Amino acid sequence: MPDAEAAAAPPPQARGATFLHLLSPKWHSMRARSTQKEAGTAGRAFVLGGVGLLFWGFVFVVLYRLLSYFKGIPEIGPLLAGKLLGLILVSFFGMLLLSNVISSLSTFFLAKDLDMIVAGPVDWLRFYFAKLAETCLHSSWMVVLMAIPMFVAYGIAFDGGPMFLLIVLGTFIPFLLLPAVVGTALTMVLVNVFPARRTKDILSVIAVLAAGGVVLLFRLMRPEQLARPEGFTSLIEFVSVLKTPTSPWLPSEWVQTGLMSWLREEPDALPFYLLWSTAGAFLVIGAALHGSLFTKGFTKAQESGERYVKAGLLARGFAKMLTPLGLVRRELIMKEVRLFFRDTTQWSQLILLAVLVVVYIFNIKFLPLRGEGVTFFVSNLIPFLNLVLSGFVLASIAARFIFPGVSLEGRTMWLLRSSPLEMRELLWSKFWVGTLPLLVFAVGLVLITGILMQVTEFIMAVSVFTITMMTFAIAGLAVGFGTLFPRFDSENAAQIPTSFGGLLFMMAAIVLIGLVITLEARPVFSYLASRTFGTPMDASEMWVGFGSSAVICIVATVMPLRMARRRLEGLEL
Amino acid sequence: MIELNALTKRYGTFTAVNAIDLIVPKGELFGFLGPNGAGKTTTLRMIAGILRPTSGTARISGIDVATDPMAAKAMLGYIPDRPFIYEKLTGAEFLRFVAGLYGQNGKAIEHRGRELLALFDLDEWRDELVESYSHGMRQKLIISSAFIHKPAVIVVDEPMVGLDPKATRILKDLFAEYTRRGHTVMMSTHTLEVAETMCDRIGIIQGGTIKALGTMDELRAASATGNDGLEEIFLKLTGENAAREFVDVLDA
Repeated sequence: MPDAEAAAAPPPQARGATFLHLLSPKWHSMRARSTQKEAGTAGRAFVLGGVGLLFWGFVFVVLYRLLSYFKGIPEIGPLLAGKLLGLILVSFFGMLLLSNVISSLSTFFLAKDLDMIVAGPVDWLRFYFAKLAETCLHSSWMVVLMAIPMFVAYGIAFDGGPMFLLIVLGTFIPFLLLPAVVGTALTMVLVNVFPARRTKDILSVIAVLAAGGVVLLFRLMRPEQLARPEGFTSLIEFVSVLKTPTSPWLPSEWVQTGLMSWLREEPDALPFYLLWSTAGAFLVIGAALHGSLFTKGFTKAQESGERYVKAGLLARGFAKMLTPLGLVRRELIMKEVRLFFRDTTQWSQLILLAVLVVVYIFNIKFLPLRGEGVTFFVSNLIPFLNLVLSGFVLASIAARFIFPGVSLEGRTMWLLRSSPLEMRELLWSKFWVGTLPLLVFAVGLVLITGILMQVTEFIMAVSVFTITMMTFAIAGLAVGFGTLFPRFDSENAAQIPTSFGGLLFMMAAIVLIGLVITLEARPVFSYLASRTFGTPMDASEMWVGFGSSAVICIVATVMPLRMARRRLEGLEL
Repeated sequence: MIELNALTKRYGTFTAVNAIDLIVPKGELFGFLGPNGAGKTTTLRMIAGILRPTSGTARISGIDVATDPMAAKAMLGYIPDRPFIYEKLTGAEFLRFVAGLYGQNGKAIEHRGRELLALFDLDEWRDELVESYSHGMRQKLIISSAFIHKPAVIVVDEPMVGLDPKATRILKDLFAEYTRRGHTVMMSTHTLEVAETMCDRIGIIQGGTIKALGTMDELRAASATGNDGLEEIFLKLTGENAAREFVDVLDA
């Protein structure tokens, strides 16, 4: 019975796949993606690389100049530099923790490869380490990219020398590992309490609330006070504030102490012990937690939870209101609205948006636009330039909510393409469902900030006109670029704007905002000059300035939509 | 009726479908068979207007899908092989949405939707979000949606995958009754037993070209297999019986 015996004995691989073997599909997929030859890959890499280098250069130059200035201040200079590093690292730690919690939910409980791995003879500890590494890489790469120019600036400004690189690695590796272990453990506990898909909903709300809270707290702390020592009663008080550790129990503080002690040439080994020993201990605790909770959590993750939905009065009323638009348009709009509000990952970000808007309005409220030395010219010019900022806010919102619209239809495109639906109807619904709320928001924002800044009627009219035109144009660009550069394979709407197409959209939107403001600057300047200095005004200047900006906005609205329609009609999936 | 005339689809240098000529008349249930990668799904997607043919034409009830897609698609119900639908809509909302795409709504559609969902045992789930449906339930919902607007032609890719025996039986009966009423169904399947018992005619495609076409008797005659079933005919026509020796494979 040789076959029966062979069947009874475990095959050699039953001892389990190695840690690297478990990670190899990810590595191979990544390599395949990077070597895939598609049209425009070189151009894409060039643009992305260029933008990345510009970002690095910008962060480095700003930080380097600031740190060089700090270095020149005796006694408190290094303290200020340390405080700044601490603040940045605390923000990084918060971002890493949130990102790891969300990412580990996917890698440990929702990923498509899990069924195969869990069903295979894979040692639980190797599985934990492999998935932890995946989670950590997924969540940390962006923070690492942001941290590189920062560490380079600190190293060069304070003459850290080549050894500084090792010091950075020695502190930053455990700093990245700790939130990964803690975030994973947190997810493990949550999944054991709620079904995984419900946990995803809960987490997205928690993450957004936490982020909003951090922004608000940061704003209310008014960190700009630190840059104004005259606000403190004495220098001693100021120095003592600087010397007090912001958060002695957080790894960010240990990293900051470790790095700054080296840069101040007073090397201290304690932060390294703290970082590595804590990371080691947490890794052991995390592994033990995984060992005892994963199987139960994974089983629970298979439940989706019942979601009973019955149309209420509001939905019926809304549907009735849309009836004049025709059946197809009504159904398309109803579908868009339902999908948006039932997807927690979508609407929860509105909370963050609301917080950011409150902070924005709060800042506008405290702008010193009245009083001695502030002329009529300046107090009206700044609100006009405020339009640039409002335009950026609109572009970011459009990137997050309008740009992914067509990509999100990817998996259901079979239905839309096989039915007698004109692609322009689909784009129509994507455009208007995105544009109308954006328009209400934009006009509201401009009106509120205008009232707070007590602008003249002219500037108010210019602001409302410009923001209305820009909203249409930005929405048109978002739908257009979103269709020309779709990510049909992505299920997560939040990831879609980070694609190459998203980057191009943002660049196009910035160019549009710049063009519109530049074209309108001349007539606005003339008006303000005539009001302030009594110089004559030329009406043709008004027509040319506002007319050309309106034409540009109309072209930027219509053209991308037409290109998008052609693209959708020729699309093959 | 479905008419394919020299229908061709190329991806670069690869020819997925090579100049297919085929007529599926009104009232016929046509089975479309072939090994994996033979070109079945590509052909069906061209008929459904999802893919554009490189050359040739596909007509539904005499209307060219490429030149008058809206009119052609209005006659069609398409059931894909993978049941991807909006996760955050309920079953009832999904049916209403699909009916709306075909310009239909009102009490008649509500009633038809209820009937279709009840037929596939989904009536209890009609107000549940699709995300909580199993694979088979999603497949049933998509099948229901293809019938909601009473199309003249139904094109269906692998309809039995994921269905339970009861739903499979219901679908077979539904297709039979639908074609008896003068509608046309073109169905690709790997379940040869289903094709053998249900289909009026069968086409076997391989390497993008139709290798055999006809009734079971005509296929038997063409393959000279005597009284053999469809499985033998299929394997003989597609050369799939030149399989490796199992012993060699298992000992490898």
